[in-house]
Amino acid sequence: MPIECKDVSFTYAPATAYEIHALKNINLRIEDHEFIGIIGHTGSGKSTLIQHFNALIQPTSGTILYNGEDIWGQNYNRRTLRSEVGLAFQYPEHQLFENDVLSDVCFGPMNQGLTREEAEPEARKALLQVGFKEKNFLKSPFELSGGQKKRAAIAGVLAMNPKILILDEPTAGLDPRGRDNILDQIAELQSVRGITIILVSHSMEDIAKYTRRLIVMNQGEVVYDDAPHEVFSHYEELEKMGLAAPQVTYLMNGLKKRGLPVDLKADTVAEASKSILKALREVDSPLLKEGGSHV
Amino acid sequence: MGIIKALGLVFDYLKYDEEGNVEDTQRAIDDVSLDIEEGDFIAILGHNGSGKSTLAKHMNALLLPTEGTMWVEGIDTSKEEKLWRIRQKAGMVFQNPDNQIIASVVEEDVGFGPENMGIPTEKIWKRVDDSLKAVGMLSYRNHSPNRLSGGQKQRVAIAGVMAMRPKCIVLDEPTAMLDPIGRREVLDAVHELNREAGVTVILITHYMEEAIEADKVFVMDNGKVVMQGSPREVFSQVETLKSYRLDVPQVTELAYELSQAGVKLPQGILTIEELEEALCR
Repeated sequence: MPIECKDVSFTYAPATAYEIHALKNINLRIEDHEFIGIIGHTGSGKSTLIQHFNALIQPTSGTILYNGEDIWGQNYNRRTLRSEVGLAFQYPEHQLFENDVLSDVCFGPMNQGLTREEAEPEARKALLQVGFKEKNFLKSPFELSGGQKKRAAIAGVLAMNPKILILDEPTAGLDPRGRDNILDQIAELQSVRGITIILVSHSMEDIAKYTRRLIVMNQGEVVYDDAPHEVFSHYEELEKMGLAAPQVTYLMNGLKKRGLPVDLKADTVAEASKSILKALREVDSPLLKEGGSHV
Repeated sequence: MGIIKALGLVFDYLKYDEEGNVEDTQRAIDDVSLDIEEGDFIAILGHNGSGKSTLAKHMNALLLPTEGTMWVEGIDTSKEEKLWRIRQKAGMVFQNPDNQIIASVVEEDVGFGPENMGIPTEKIWKRVDDSLKAVGMLSYRNHSPNRLSGGQKQRVAIAGVMAMRPKCIVLDEPTAMLDPIGRREVLDAVHELNREAGVTVILITHYMEEAIEADKVFVMDNGKVVMQGSPREVFSQVETLKSYRLDVPQVTELAYELSQAGVKLPQGILTIEELEEALCR
């Protein structure tokens, strides 16, 4: 089910001294099964934007269509929309409130009208899908580590069987392994269950590795909407917006300037490694002599 | 003895049942000994639950050892009467700046610490000036903290600690919630304090890139210090780090992959410039 924003603007505290134009004339379309990244510095409007996707915020002007229907239309059922477009916020500790994890994850589906008996299998399935261990199902949310809390919070959204899953910095504060782990599982949800994923992140490395389309927000506007490697090629402009490109992008540009014919599109370690090897062979680099035979 | 020293440090988290009896214990720190020299910039790495935050909380007596001893500038942290002196010597900055800022104006927030210490008013203002200047936030002194960016708030929190003139500052994942520029601002401010004011810095982080500029890196796993050395020594052991659920900076990983594929590169490459140089020789 595609989401479409047409000329969407949003103003906080309109017509007061505190008026802030958080979104200005946003036009974009999110197709089914996409894996999209959204970046932007603090205050760029990205959180405001994602809250429009499941009707937590009503635009000041413009229209948001879900599957072709205006979500602020008169008879539109926004309750259904909210269960189809799931939003996991940044601070999982703010989202967990039940006595135990399983009950917490059951809350969403029960709110959709399921009984506890019906909700529980959904909750169990969702928890296992995000890699939450069964032995911890009955623990209190307070006993969980940061990574476990994040998993539980994502499971809480997933248990409602959303078609679109929006994650606001799902990995802030996690160690590298936990980060990869959660993102791998999210990527699997996208490829196996066909869920559309919208990932808000400050980690350019993660964006480069997982997403296929990248939206860059700055001062309430969409400034780039393209493949990540295309966006990262504007790294100088990104820096002016308080952002950056992955380390690899800088390296590839540096190498190119010094005459090594590398592919500037490479923005992950795997791609860069391949491209550098190829370039080194092309220039017949002495670094490849002896021991380079198995390359 | 260095400014912070631990000998045989052990800490158990206790879980109590309804009658108040100990039901369960969990060992968070398991026989840690370390010695940190004054003026050093130390990075502590480790996965979630490895014990690094628990260790940090011992450095200003927020937690007291179950066994073993922790000294801050030679003072045993378990001496209750010395508690306030210890906390003035070792200041602490946490992950979320919103939980650390209490006043409605930046300069008042920074002045809160020294005021609490009973410093005379005119000296407080001097300290507020100095601290805000040190973190590059002087021009925001009359601003409201809630209108600042994450990086700016975190720098105000650091200035608040600096105003107490600590010898040592412990930062527990100060950049986890910040965007890339905010992260850079905070790190630059911390490095500046270390260089200019000679403050000992203990930085706990999950970003490997932040550890490469440290004098020394400690890696924790399962409550123990399992690796220590210069960033180059530690990060050249890519496989070992991965076994501790950690990572290496992206360029270090790339250099490692290239050398696995037969490219002759020096070990332990840490920066983009180093790799660029090595590849274009």
